[in-house]
Formats: sequence, structure tokens, C-alpha cells
Amino acid sequence: MSELAKAFDHGKAFIAFVTCGDPDLETTGKVVRAMAENGADLIELGIPFSDPTAEGPVIMGADKRALDGGVTTDDIFEFTKELRKDVKIPMLYMTYANVVFHYGAEEFCRKASEAGVSGLILPDVPFEEKADFDSMCQKYGIDLVSMVAPTSESRIATIVSEARGFVYVVSSLGVTGTRTSITTDLKPMIDLIRRNTDIPCAIGFGISTPEQCRDMAALADGAIVGSAIVKIIAEHGRDSAGPVGEYVRSMTQGLKNP
Amino acid sequence: MTNPNGRFGEYGGQYMPETLMSAVIELEEAYNRYKDDPEFNRELNELLTEYANRPSRLYYAKKMTEDLGGAKIYLKREDLNHTGAHKINNVLGQALLAKKMGKTRLIAETGAGQHGVATATAAALLGMECLVYMGVEDMERQKLNVYRMRLLGAEVRGVETGTGTLKDAVSQCMREWTTRIADTHYCLGSVMGPHPFPTIVRDFQAVIGREIRQQILEKEGRLPDMLIACVGGGSNAIGTFYDFIKDKNVELVGAEAAGKGIDTPLTAATMNTGSVGIFHGMKSYFCQDKYGQIAPVYSISAGLDYPGIGPEHAWLSDIGRAKYVAVTDEEAVQAFEYLSRTEGIIPAIESAHALAYAIKIAPTMDKDKIIVVTVSGRGDKDVAAIARYRGEDLHE
Repeated sequence: MSELAKAFDHGKAFIAFVTCGDPDLETTGKVVRAMAENGADLIELGIPFSDPTAEGPVIMGADKRALDGGVTTDDIFEFTKELRKDVKIPMLYMTYANVVFHYGAEEFCRKASEAGVSGLILPDVPFEEKADFDSMCQKYGIDLVSMVAPTSESRIATIVSEARGFVYVVSSLGVTGTRTSITTDLKPMIDLIRRNTDIPCAIGFGISTPEQCRDMAALADGAIVGSAIVKIIAEHGRDSAGPVGEYVRSMTQGLKNP
Repeated sequence: MTNPNGRFGEYGGQYMPETLMSAVIELEEAYNRYKDDPEFNRELNELLTEYANRPSRLYYAKKMTEDLGGAKIYLKREDLNHTGAHKINNVLGQALLAKKMGKTRLIAETGAGQHGVATATAAALLGMECLVYMGVEDMERQKLNVYRMRLLGAEVRGVETGTGTLKDAVSQCMREWTTRIADTHYCLGSVMGPHPFPTIVRDFQAVIGREIRQQILEKEGRLPDMLIACVGGGSNAIGTFYDFIKDKNVELVGAEAAGKGIDTPLTAATMNTGSVGIFHGMKSYFCQDKYGQIAPVYSISAGLDYPGIGPEHAWLSDIGRAKYVAVTDEEAVQAFEYLSRTEGIIPAIESAHALAYAIKIAPTMDKDKIIVVTVSGRGDKDVAAIARYRGEDLHE
């Protein structure tokens, strides 16, 4: 069984995102540990990119702060290896195609695997372009996560038939960022996914409140939260671990004890 | 030349968020349906001739030729098109296509403002809503074009992220498109981005080269020895080159912006300083650091100030069919001034990069050789910036 799928072994999964190096890796380490201690089931580590075209202003800001601070892909591999010594829940990397391509897809996957990472999300690599990345991911035991969007419709069956780890369901149109409400009719999408694959699915984009988290997780197998966490880090900087921990606890409590 | 999967050799592709995949597939299907449709082409040709003033002239630059004392120089006068640049060729095609697709709203990025002005113009003409994203740095450099777009009824939104230039405007358009797809067409301004854009934009710009062929055959009875065009994303260059790719004796030269020089970080010369990467929907060459972070490029020309290049150019370079030379700010400004004085034509600072290479190469060629330089746009928009470059405190 895939390492990523294990995140879904304990009921509904809470997947927490953080941009590595925002504002520095020491803080990211503390934040990840706080998220793990407060019930997160899977950590999504963002490797910053200079021009993240699928992100809203919140995560764009985090990428900028991290890159301005000088963090590199190599620093993040080393950091993850350290983190792995005491953080036992599964982790994946989220970054953009060029970060992996330019590093060399094989070298990137080898180092990610050595660092103890079990998945990879590349939001600018759709089904049609995944082959080159996926072959390297599979060689090193990493699940390249497939995304499904409200516009996917007739593409869903094809996409999820080759999906690994879990299916990332994009809740709404637009880029990442918190939304006051999620209006997409997700039920038919989830039903279609379930008819075509047995692997779990998690909903992301726009989730920030415990109520949204519970509602989304009720539809699927888990919820992914990014911008809401990054917002706390933008506000608290190096003192973010406490507030992020509290926030994650408020989200996971609703999820595990509905 | 395009492979079925939108590749030019290894370059191109569709590196887009899943949310936009249905939109690019819908666009590809619509384009394949209309590109050979007689009614679509009749409407487009009518717009190009009656509205945009095509065909553009192929002008023999006699004084320039005599002054340089080498190859005979012809200028393809895209600056004489309605809205003052080649951008209108592509925009009329895409706007008409969008209209056929039932779209009511156009969004576009712009660097120098020429593509934004062209899109705002087409939107006004065809009764469509228009939103243009422009880097705040470029809005400062090209204030007149900002006013022009607003005058034409478009909304112009400044992009503050990154370097506040063309690449950031493209990124913001992609973000905007993911929020609103059903009624919106992204009218991309160059031969870049995900498939099918590099093919669509090339096909709509290929009119430049087709006309050059016909006009030079009429005037000289033979094909030119060299074609020169400036390259940012590369739309006027591919438009100039495309009809001649099969004519191996016609040398194809793209002039890219070296900024302060290709040995400095202040450059936008992608083919001369970049490496292969994946960005803005395509695999191509990009200016980037060793970790694949896109470099903050620089050029005096807002239209060439882009860290990538269209995938077909990357391929033409790899197979040795076209070559890409770097032209500095200073060389371009000198060419801008030279053409103004010598021929009474004020070229866009973008086009001045192509002219600068012509000025350099023509004297080294025999007098029986023929060069065609595409003057992609007119330079009215650049006058104040050039004055400032020369130390005059001139503001629009």
C-alpha cells in the first residue's frame, strides 16, 4: 500500500500545507511538528517557486518570503531528512514543474525519496504531460498525485484511472486561497471519482473553517488546508508554531469527533 | 509544423493546471473547426484589409541601404497597421474565434501595451468586454498605451508581483482565467503558452511572411537572403519566418534583447543566456537560476522584457534553421534614432533591436544580397522613454 494512502487509515484525513523556508526553515520545522502533534495526518511541504501560476496572493507571498530568505531545493532536501527523524506521518512535496525538471526529474525523485517523502504534487503538470515525471516518481516509490477540477468532467475517469496515493479534488474555480463558501456541486464529482478508483480522495482550495473542513471531509476522505495556515505564518512569522498548532487542532477536532 | 500533441521537437506542450485543461482543449477544437472554414476566413480577411489596413507595405529603404553600403534593405511595415503594430493580426483572429465560441469577454497580458491596445480595440469593435493585465513597471514605462486602452473601453489592472513586467502579467492572466472560463477567452499575445496558443498565434501572424514572399517576388523577382525580426515571445518573428522555413537559402535571424549585455544579469536574451525549462504552459528556453527559479530579466523594451521564448523558436534554433542574436539597449536606441533620421520612420524600440542587427550585418554583405527587416511596430509610444534614456527629463 502506498505511504500516502496510510494518511487515510485513521478516519477522515487532515492534510496540512506549509511553504518551506517561510520565513526560514527553522520556523517551518517547528510548524510541521506543531501540525503533526495537533492531529494532521499528512504534511504537504511546498518548495517555493518564483512564479507560482496556480496560487493566490497568500501562497504567492509565502513563496516570495521563502525565496527572498534564500532557501533552495537542496536546503529543503536536507531539512526534510532532519524532520523525518522525529516526524513520522507521511509527507509530500508540492512544487512546480520547472523546479523538478530543471533539477533533473530523476535526481529530484531520488533525493525526495532519500529524504523520506512519499508523494509529489505538480499543479502545472496535467494528465497529458505527466509521463516523464511519473516514470521517475514510480522508480523511486513516490506517488505523483493527480488533480481533478470542477472543469474536468469527461476527463475525470481517465485521470483517476491512473491516479496514485490519493486524488486531489480542486473544490472550485480559481487559484488557491480561502473562500467564504464553496459553491461547486462536489457530490457528483466525488461519485464519479469513486466509480473509477478505490484510492482515497481529498478536497482542497478554499477551506479555512472547521465547518468547511467537516463538510468537505464528509463528502470525501479528507480535507487539504494551505492558505489559511500560510496566513497565520505571514502574521506571526518566527512565532507561528503555537498559533498554527492551535488552528490545526481546531480543524482536526471537528474532523475526528464530528 | 506542429505535432498533434502541440510539440515542436521536444518543445511546447500543455503544462497547465487541470482547471484550465478543458479551456485549452475547447480552444483547440474550436480552432481546428474554424481555421479552414471559408466563412471564418472571409470575415477575418475582411477585418484585416478593411479595418487593419493589410497588406502592410514592403518598403525599400533606399537611404539606409546606400548609407550602409552593403545588402539591399527592405522594411516590412507592420508599424502601419491599425493600432500601430503586428499585434492586431493575431488579435483579430483570436477575437473572432472567441466570438464564434460564444465568449463575450477577452482577457490579455501586455508588456509594451501594443497587444493590450490591439485586444482593447478588437473588443470595442466586436462588442466584447476586455480586461488587460499589465505589470506596474510597464504601466510606468508606457503610460500612453495605458490611457489608450482605457479610452477604448478596456479595464487595465496593474500587476505588482514579481518584477511587475510582462511575465507577471502573463501569470496573472492565467490566474484570472482559472476563476472565469465559461464566458472568457484568454487572448494570448505571443507564440507562447500552452498548446494550441503557439500554433494559433503563429498561424494568425504568418500573414506577414506570406505577404513578404509575394511582395519581394514582385519587386525583386526572387526571395530575400535574410529575414530579421525582433524576438520577445517571438510572434512577429515567427510570422515573418514561417512561410520561409522550407526555403533553406533564406537565413532567419531573431534579435533578442540583451539589455545591458548578455554578460550582465540585466538581460532578457533567452536563447543566448537561458536553458531549457517548463514555464507558462510550455517547455522551451528560459532565463533561470540553477534551481529553476525564473530570472528577473531586464530590457529597455517592455515588449521584449520576457524570460522565455516561444517553443517553435527553441526548436528552430536547435535544428539550426534560425539563429538568435543579442542586441543591447544602447544598440537598439542607436538604431531607433538612426531609422528616424535616415528614413523618417520612428520604429518601436522592440523593432529597433531587429534594425540594429541589420545595421551591423548589412555592410558585411554584398550589394546584390537582400535583407528584409520586420518593423513590428511604430515608436510613438517609446519617444518619452528614449528621451529619458538620453538624459532628457521628458514625461508624457
